[in-house]
Order: sequence, then C-alpha cells, then structure tokens
Amino acid sequence: MLRVTDKPIDLQELVDWVTDPEAGAITTFIGTTRNNNQGRKVIALDYEAYPEMAEKELARLSEEAKEKWQICRMAIVHRIGPVQITEPSVMIAVSAAHREAAFAACRFAIEEIKKTVPIWKKEVYEGGEIWIGTQSGQPLNRS
Amino acid sequence: MKVKVKLFAILRERAGTAEITKEIQEGSTVADLWAALQQDYPKLAVPGIRLLYAVNQDYVSPDRVLRNSDEVVFVPPVSGG
Repeated sequence: MLRVTDKPIDLQELVDWVTDPEAGAITTFIGTTRNNNQGRKVIALDYEAYPEMAEKELARLSEEAKEKWQICRMAIVHRIGPVQITEPSVMIAVSAAHREAAFAACRFAIEEIKKTVPIWKKEVYEGGEIWIGTQSGQPLNRS
Repeated sequence: MKVKVKLFAILRERAGTAEITKEIQEGSTVADLWAALQQDYPKLAVPGIRLLYAVNQDYVSPDRVLRNSDEVVFVPPVSGG
C-alpha cells in the first residue's frame, strides 16, 4: 500500500495492511496540518502530486528501507488536495520482527518523502499563499 | 519529434497550464527543452528556484537526451509530508 489519495486517510487500513505473523512491532507516523508556520497563521494546506511518479518513488524508498532494515511490510498513504488544520496529510505504518527496525524504517520513510517524492504543498495563510520549498530551493544529490 | 511536458505546483500556476506538447529537435536535452519553454512561457523562470528533472517518471540529469513522446517534468522543490 504505497499511494496518494484525495480522500481522508484511515490509519487502521494501513495497520491492517502491515500486520504480519512474523512481526513483533508495528510503528506508525501521522503527519498533521499545523495552524502556524514561520510566524504565519495557517488556514489550510493544499497538496498536489505527480501521482504516477510519487507512487513510483514511494515504492523505491520502501525497497530501500527493506534493504537497510529487517522489516516485514511498509505502507504509506499521502493525501492530496485541501487538508484542513489538524487533519492528517500523510500516514506511514511499518511492521518488523523487532521495534528498532520498525522505528528506524518509519523515520527513514518520512524523511525520504520530504526529499524525493514529487508532492508539493501550498500553504494558505492569513493574507496570502505560498508554495513551500520554492523560496530556499532544495538541492538533492542523486544520480 | 514531440515530447509531453507536465507542470506542477508553482510552475503550473505560473505557466497557466498543466500540460504542454512541445516540438523539439533530435538530440535535444532536458536542459535544451527547459530553455525553450522559458522562451515560450517567460513566467516559468522563477528566480532562485532549484529544479530537478524527471523523464518518464524517473529523475534524470539535465543532459539527458530526449526521445519522441517522452514525458518530461521539471520538478520544483518537493514539500510533501
């Protein structure tokens, strides 16, 4: 389960998907929409994706996580479209025989999402809107 | 030959379109295409932006030579999560 969706995300669906008889741990991460950013009062976020490539990149990072840690299964669902304050924008679930691998792979997944997966957020704040990431630029070293 | 360019986020807004079909010469690279597009759509030139390049849903370097009917995306800094 590695996908983008324009619907609210159901954590239980991810947990069920990674449930595995060989797992002794399931870790989850939920990214939510915060009401402030760099001094701006945030009203909502609006996410856009290049869906075919986003899902391909999610699959790639999932495979990379499986090479780095002994995990059973990984599920990632990222929401696109408008996301209101407090609502989840991304959820990750990882199952593994032991908790260390489950925690590490979950952390790796969210960090990679922020670096390589073609998803963009526009912040709608009081007085304007801005595409996050476009001001500072974001170098990425990949062959 | 022709390639399909998809635009997202800030580039889509600035160009005022999500998709462009562009006629290019044999041997053109991703960087050549980007230069040509900025002629057609001057607002695509966002000061200071660091773009990545994708062809057929894989990241590539700007010197990648394009082939007929490639799908090209100029990737603004990603900000998922």
